[in-house]
Amino acid sequence: MHKPRPGLIFQLLLRASRVQKKRAVLTVASIAWGSFSLLLLLAFGEGLRISVTTGTFGMGRDLAILWPGTTSLTWQGLPAGRPILPRIEDIPLLRERIPNLDEVTGEIHRSGVTANNDDNTNTVRVKGVTYGYGRIRNHIPAPGGRFINPLDEKLRRRVAFLGDKVAKELFGEEDPVGEPILLDTVPYTVIGVMMHKVQISAYGGMDEDHITIPITTFKAQFGTDQLGMIVVKPDQPQQMGLVLEELHKILGVKYGFDPKDERVFGIWDTVDSFRDMTNTLIGIQLFLGIIGALTLIIGGIGVANIMYAVIKERTREIGVKMALGARRRWITGPIVLESLLYALLGGAVGLIMAVVAVILLGQLPTEGNEALELLGKPTLSLSIGMASAAILGLIGFMAGFFPARRAASINPAETLRYE
Amino acid sequence: MFLDGFFNSKKRYSSVENGNVIDLKGLTRVYVTGKIKVEALKGIDLEVRDGDMVAITGPSGSGKSTLMNLIGCLDTPTSGSYLLRGESVAGLSREELAGIRNRRVGFIFQNFNLLPQISAYENVEMPLLFSGLPRQKRRERVYELFNRVGLSDRMDHKPTELSGGQMQRVATARALAMDPDIILADEPTGNLDTSSGSDIMDLFQELWEQGRTVLVITHDPALARRAPRQVEIRDGLITRDSRT
Repeated sequence: MHKPRPGLIFQLLLRASRVQKKRAVLTVASIAWGSFSLLLLLAFGEGLRISVTTGTFGMGRDLAILWPGTTSLTWQGLPAGRPILPRIEDIPLLRERIPNLDEVTGEIHRSGVTANNDDNTNTVRVKGVTYGYGRIRNHIPAPGGRFINPLDEKLRRRVAFLGDKVAKELFGEEDPVGEPILLDTVPYTVIGVMMHKVQISAYGGMDEDHITIPITTFKAQFGTDQLGMIVVKPDQPQQMGLVLEELHKILGVKYGFDPKDERVFGIWDTVDSFRDMTNTLIGIQLFLGIIGALTLIIGGIGVANIMYAVIKERTREIGVKMALGARRRWITGPIVLESLLYALLGGAVGLIMAVVAVILLGQLPTEGNEALELLGKPTLSLSIGMASAAILGLIGFMAGFFPARRAASINPAETLRYE
Repeated sequence: MFLDGFFNSKKRYSSVENGNVIDLKGLTRVYVTGKIKVEALKGIDLEVRDGDMVAITGPSGSGKSTLMNLIGCLDTPTSGSYLLRGESVAGLSREELAGIRNRRVGFIFQNFNLLPQISAYENVEMPLLFSGLPRQKRRERVYELFNRVGLSDRMDHKPTELSGGQMQRVATARALAMDPDIILADEPTGNLDTSSGSDIMDLFQELWEQGRTVLVITHDPALARRAPRQVEIRDGLITRDSRT
């Protein structure tokens, strides 16, 4: 019927009587505190998410780790309960045959190996791996070193790649690359040290504690070529099912087991477990967000309170405007707008406080304290800002909406007559 | 004049009727508070012709304020009919009544009811703001109105910086802003000293002489006598309707 005229609502807001300064300051402060709490809680949630995600990906992402086990189904006349023992030679076969594959690697390991150089002795876990392992399992060499390459594997070179913690324990601050090391009295040359990484997910201990050698060398020294683990990575995470299915078919033909037999390999599908973890983290962030929002609602109640008081004070003013022909939204609009302005102002102050707090908290040393390291640095992101702005806007609107509705129900005839 | 097009547009479609601005028939208003019913108006018949000046008198509690609220479209009758320039006001929504108050009724109150936080200029501009008139036209109209009530030098003052008589002049300018069909004044001199009260009455008289329809509520007999027509209300009924 008539235009909404937002300009008029703004003009009416400018011409409305002013709120007491002290009251306005307190209200803005309560909104600022609420916004600060919300933002900081979400920032901690984000920090936690980042550090947990990084830590999880420390082992490598989109992997499945398979442990050979025993069959549970009969197959072509063969009984159940037979152990299936894939060998080193199966890795090139799988690499060749499995479609949609990024990489497949084998791993054999032995714990309690004595590692020593001239200065120190240590007992470590040694992993014999195929060359693709370093890339998908995130064994990134620190500058000056390298990981095991196909030639090392082919020539059964006695070369060792050290976890950064092992390297420190054996060599101290010295650069180990090129130095000799004895593994159970067999001499090796150190070719690289793993770059330090944050790792949460692991099997068989943390990678920083391991020494990695070519799988062929491992066979030569320790006399076994039965794989302890097979690690596969599909080219796309959603291809994991297909890749695992193909792996079962190929090895099923070779070793004689039912490809549908789920007990042949114990499988840790990290795509799957990461999804669960992501959901948990979303749950945590939601929880933190709700706590923050509840704090902010208290601020919102403060705004609603001040708006109710304002309307009581302005009853006559509103009545006069009604008598002069103000439509409903010209009464309610400025009130909602004023409430939104308080929310906006408080939110801006809260944001500044939160940014300062995040910067200061980021300066705190967390090295060495595992709990703090895992909690991560609180981090503000665009999505946190937008979520907070949406919550704040909603609260600001609600804090204005209900008082405005009361204002609109004022009966001008009653308010105009007497003092 | 320059605003004639805007301000006279509404008079064209309302020229069908019989010359009555206000036409009340059997108007009643019953207030219900809890279980108690109060019949403030018990059946009012009243016709006010275009360009009439009417004083409505009566003791307090007689129902004259209720009648003013109904005529001013601040309230709606319980029963009976109210034609404002031939158009029925009954059954209109709150929003439509707001539009009628804006365009057709000019209120003047005993306690002025100027908004204290804004200037006299902005007070007079308020109904024009609601009407959607562009800024430049509003400015011209407000200047014209201040000129009319003789307060051109006080436009930028806050109401609190004005005397009672001046405040009532500003209120009168505001009531005239939209060139309404009726001016409704509720005890307009009640808060004024005798001389400024008399000034305001002179102003009303001038308005009437210029052809405006003016309704004044008062219990001051001297004031009532200055109106050519006096209507007396008692217990929710018109008891006397006379012309001098």
